[in-house]
Amino acid sequence: MTTLVFMESAGDELSQQAVTFAGGLGGEIAAIVFDQAEAYAPAAWAQTLVELAQERSAGAVVAPGTDRGNEVLAHIAAKLDQPMSANCMSVIPGDPATVIRMRWGGSLLEEAMVHGAPLLLSVAPHAVAATPVADVEPISVSASASEGDRVVRVTETVPASSAGVSLADADVVVSGGRGVGSAEGFSVIEELAALLGGAVGCSRAVTSAGWRPHSDQVGQTGTKISPEIYIACGISGATQHMAGCKGAKRLLAINPDGEASIFASADYAVIGDLHEVVPAISAEIRKARGT
Amino acid sequence: MNILVCVKRVPLTGGKITLTEDEQAIQTRHLGFTVSPHEECAAEEAIRLVEAHGGESVVLTLGPTEAEEQLRDMMAIGIDRGIHLVADGGEWDSQATAQAIVGAVREDGAAFDLILFGNESADAGNYQVAVRVAYALGLPVVNGIKVISVDGAGLRCERERTSHPPGRDVYSVPTPAVVSVLEGINLPRYPSVPGRMRAKRKPLVASEPARAQPRLQMVRLRLPEGSSKQAEVLGHGAEAAPRVVEILSEIGVM
Ligand SMILES: Cc1cc2nc3c(=O)[nH]c(=O)nc-3n(C[C@H](O)[C@H](O)[C@H](O)COP(=O)(O)OP(=O)(O)OC[C@H]3O[C@@H](n4cnc5c(N)ncnc54)[C@H](O)[C@@H]3O)c2cc1C
Ligand SMILES: Nc1ncnc2c1ncn2[C@@H]1O[C@H](COP(=O)(O)O)[C@@H](O)[C@H]1O
Repeated sequence: MTTLVFMESAGDELSQQAVTFAGGLGGEIAAIVFDQAEAYAPAAWAQTLVELAQERSAGAVVAPGTDRGNEVLAHIAAKLDQPMSANCMSVIPGDPATVIRMRWGGSLLEEAMVHGAPLLLSVAPHAVAATPVADVEPISVSASASEGDRVVRVTETVPASSAGVSLADADVVVSGGRGVGSAEGFSVIEELAALLGGAVGCSRAVTSAGWRPHSDQVGQTGTKISPEIYIACGISGATQHMAGCKGAKRLLAINPDGEASIFASADYAVIGDLHEVVPAISAEIRKARGT
Repeated sequence: MNILVCVKRVPLTGGKITLTEDEQAIQTRHLGFTVSPHEECAAEEAIRLVEAHGGESVVLTLGPTEAEEQLRDMMAIGIDRGIHLVADGGEWDSQATAQAIVGAVREDGAAFDLILFGNESADAGNYQVAVRVAYALGLPVVNGIKVISVDGAGLRCERERTSHPPGRDVYSVPTPAVVSVLEGINLPRYPSVPGRMRAKRKPLVASEPARAQPRLQMVRLRLPEGSSKQAEVLGHGAEAAPRVVEILSEIGVM
């Protein structure tokens, strides 16, 4: 059996993980990369993959569980009218195949049977570690030229006006929740983040109140972060918030409520009012640095 | 501009998810219900587009009888009318869901210029219902959109790129079209008390579509393991600060 793997680019880590995942299906792997100079056109890319899958009698098409991975796979699923399993953690081939997949942004897992062929699977980010798979040389292709499939394509790209550390890449994230109390209350959070060269994050309670922009929101419908340490202040620990910080190596929670559910996921706890604790930490850092 | 918005009723889980004994669902006995933030933003976007360009906004859900609550919630912030596809208790997979939505769109007869979705449902996260509906109706589709503006005969839609280099991808989409959006596209308004009163009287039609055999068939749910930890208490109040700084130094982020 041949498995076709859609790679965003040859060097993309999540795409390499998809290749490793596909290795678990056995058989041959054909890893496909689209010509990077070509404008992204999801339907056209999907059409090309459908044709390649047919040519090679592929038993499965695998993609990384990224924006484009899931989107291209959904187009393939719609074109073939076959089921698609998004964000898989594992798969047992067969008829039907069995998958374990993420729901609720990873807070819950689902075991499901897939009735259809080819198998269409996207791989949950970091479900497997990328290992160099021997003999897998990505094949570069151009997208199908059909006009209909090119109606929707990227016609322009706007560069990011990014200033400062990005939330997704920061080594330290200091977040505030409803416990911060106001937009102005975030000055203590900003100060600590700046001292540690980190980024400011927040919970949805905060963005809904209009205290911070949505680009600061950590969680299932916000940004997924993976810092060395996540300092969560005045956040209760709702599952949808925690879905965004599972990748953090360590979690320090600051909350006066010793029963707050965030403590069940925390490595370190400070019981107290963030408006006392956070400025004290900043002062202590200055003292330690002699500034 | 006539706009349809599709939303899904889901439980509002708090700090911990508990499953029912048969592992087929989340234990919801003590929980409230809501829709995904992405879908709430889709409804807000529909209302704003209709406010700016005229037309009608319609909300649709496929869900249990109780999902009328979510339709009324959306009508309370300004959606004009509702379509309720009353579903049986079983899990509807994406193909069955899309099929039912497509049937309802054809049945309704309103010529929708735009059908809005969330980028992914809060509970199932299948990332595909919008695309399937678009193909069945022969419409163009874009996903994960954070900015929509009306531009001549179509829409200009922007999506943030999460892979490198960071920036925004821009699409020009002819209407009628299907668009799925992300939270952050707008800040949804809260329902007012008069809004809630008006919502009770807005038109709502209900029907019961037949459920197609699931082809992605849920067997059971389970909780991911090993998430519970025993936190080390570093102290109470400001006195914890020196210990916090020790930890930060140990980790090497000072
Ligand atoms: C489908 C879906 C998706 C969602 N996506 C997200 C998401 O992406 N991100 C997200 O964050 N949420 C998300 N939510 C919302 C989530 O369910 C919670 O409502 C939200 O995370 C709560 O934010 P919070 O912890 O700041 O507020 P609360 O739950 O109100 O908690 C506030 C905490 O602050 C503490 N506190 C109060 N005063 C102080 C003080 N002086 N000092 C220190 N602590 C104090 C309290 O003890 C409490 O624990 C989503 C919900 C749904 C249904
Ligand atoms: N049962 C449903 N009723 C109405 N809309 C739905 C339903 N399920 C999914 N959708 C819509 O399809 C989007 C994508 O869902 P999914 O493909 O499950 O991730 C959601 O954000 C909703 O807008």
